[in-house]
Amino acid sequence: MARLRIDGISKRYGEVDAIRAVTLDVADGEFVVLLGPSGCGKTTTLRVVAGFAEPDSGSVALGERDITQLPPWKRNAGLVFQNYALFPHLTVAQNVAFGLEMRKVGAAETARRVGEALQLVRLEHFAGRLPRQLSGGQQQRVALARALVFHPDVLLLDEPLSNLDAKLRQDVRVEIRELQRKLGLTTVMVTHDQEEALTMADRLVVMQDGVVRQVGTQQDLYERPCDRFVASFVGRSSFIEGEIEAPGRFRSKGGLSLACTPATLGPATLAMRPERMLIEVAPQPAVDNCLPGVVEFVSYLGATVDMHVRISAKERVVVQIPNRAGQLVPKVGQQVHVAWQAANGIVFPGSPSS
Amino acid sequence: MPGRLSAPERRKGRQIRSGVAQSRRLGRLALKGAAAVALAYILTPLLFVTWLAFFRQEIPSFPPEGYSLRWFLAIAGNDRFVAGFLLSLELAVIATGIGLLLGLPAALGLARARFGGHEIASSTLLLPLIVPGIVLGIALYVFQVEAEIATGLPLLGSLGGLIAGHVLIVIPWTVRLVSASLIGLDRSIEEAAQSLGADRWVTFRRVTLPAIRPGVVAAALFSFVSSFGNLEMSLFLVGPGRTTLPIAIIQYLEWKIDPTIAAVSVLQILLIGAAMLVTDRFVRISRMV
Repeated sequence: MARLRIDGISKRYGEVDAIRAVTLDVADGEFVVLLGPSGCGKTTTLRVVAGFAEPDSGSVALGERDITQLPPWKRNAGLVFQNYALFPHLTVAQNVAFGLEMRKVGAAETARRVGEALQLVRLEHFAGRLPRQLSGGQQQRVALARALVFHPDVLLLDEPLSNLDAKLRQDVRVEIRELQRKLGLTTVMVTHDQEEALTMADRLVVMQDGVVRQVGTQQDLYERPCDRFVASFVGRSSFIEGEIEAPGRFRSKGGLSLACTPATLGPATLAMRPERMLIEVAPQPAVDNCLPGVVEFVSYLGATVDMHVRISAKERVVVQIPNRAGQLVPKVGQQVHVAWQAANGIVFPGSPSS
Repeated sequence: MPGRLSAPERRKGRQIRSGVAQSRRLGRLALKGAAAVALAYILTPLLFVTWLAFFRQEIPSFPPEGYSLRWFLAIAGNDRFVAGFLLSLELAVIATGIGLLLGLPAALGLARARFGGHEIASSTLLLPLIVPGIVLGIALYVFQVEAEIATGLPLLGSLGGLIAGHVLIVIPWTVRLVSASLIGLDRSIEEAAQSLGADRWVTFRRVTLPAIRPGVVAAALFSFVSSFGNLEMSLFLVGPGRTTLPIAIIQYLEWKIDPTIAAVSVLQILLIGAAMLVTDRFVRISRMV
């Protein structure tokens, strides 16, 4: 295993910038997830690392080697594809042995390592089967064993779970993560699934329009999103547009005057996480912001309840309240108060279009 | 709440349902009938030829005077048929081989590379299928005459010239059928092989080729059949003492109409039928074409 350094890679397809100046440093044994909507450049980034796309500029280094110019077959990177990409005409054992065969590993050694790898993914009894005789989850585990058996310097996972059903996805998630920790694999995974990214990653890279928006841990991204896109893509946020009219004072387009954290004067967007606000019947003078509002929509999610509350003619926020015993759950049309401390609002300077 | 239906309503519902089922049954019957007619249309001449091959009398007439295998024995004694069969076989095998060697890379290139004139190249490779065999034969003949005059090499009527012509007519089959199987190929298995350490050639040999094997086998079969049965073009390209089986048949027919020809045809049908059956064991032809 080795450290992976991606340094300022850009790639254009015709007139479109697939990725622009993407820089990323993945430590030895670290699990990094590239997260973003489709078309954000995360897959292109992975393909550049794997060697299937040649960057127009920038470099990729694996350990001490600069691999930017190397063809895929000389990179020693283990790849797992969304559709598994198992060789349909080879058995499970032959699939797993393929990488060893390419490296001219002897027959006895190959048999031993294939056995180990299959044991690792708990498929030792399926060695003689053909891929089409396995379920999706089993096929994905074969793909994983195939990518690991030759001791790659880096493991690259391209949406590995999106073809599995929801229940299985949760199991395989844990399985991959445990395996990755146990073997100390330097891993880069691509996904558009926020929950998947949050549960698996050591560090996340949020991408949009071919650019890295923010790199950080789950907490970094959730507590301190760097812009409106990250605040909406990682977790949920209610946004209120307006301007900072005085230090610590935010005036919304709907005319509300709100306490906020210090920020430069001018146009700004205020973002609030749904669980950082409270719903109260009576006004709460002790809380920085407390606004009267009307419940317009309620969605009951079991453990929690989402309340959509209109707080001005132009603004509506979503408040998530825990569904505890004795918890007040207002009904649609009911008058309530929405309260939050200034520190729980995140201010993004600039108008929303920028 | 689904309301209860009155008795007359229920009866009406049943009638409608049975009406739908009845018209569906009729439709299926019509389809089967049409298929049977088409099949009979294709098979009748073959059945008659086969029947004829076993007639005892020399001039085919109905009803048969008796049955015998003498015409099959006559083939073995006829040098022209034996030599023609061997030449056609040799020609078809060689042309199929060369056709695959040329057509496979061409199909790969067409499927993978994007270049100017892509469409033109693609259509040109299918052209020999569209140009009438006579035209193709004359064109090749004239070309060989001119080339022989220009270079002094003995091209006219040579085996090489004949093979070259047959390669021309098998290439469209290879390109067409291999291209079809390449379209269905999942490129990510090739990328998987490369990520595992296989260079382009190894990837092709170990992953791409096995995946498109049905297309390649079907291409070989159709190439073989189209070369083996070719008459019009071969007429212009054969040389003295070098006669393919279809030409031998035509030449024989100029003098005689005895059932030998029918017997030859039966053998030909059997050969090609056997080739198809063998091929079908490897790939389902009906799925390929």
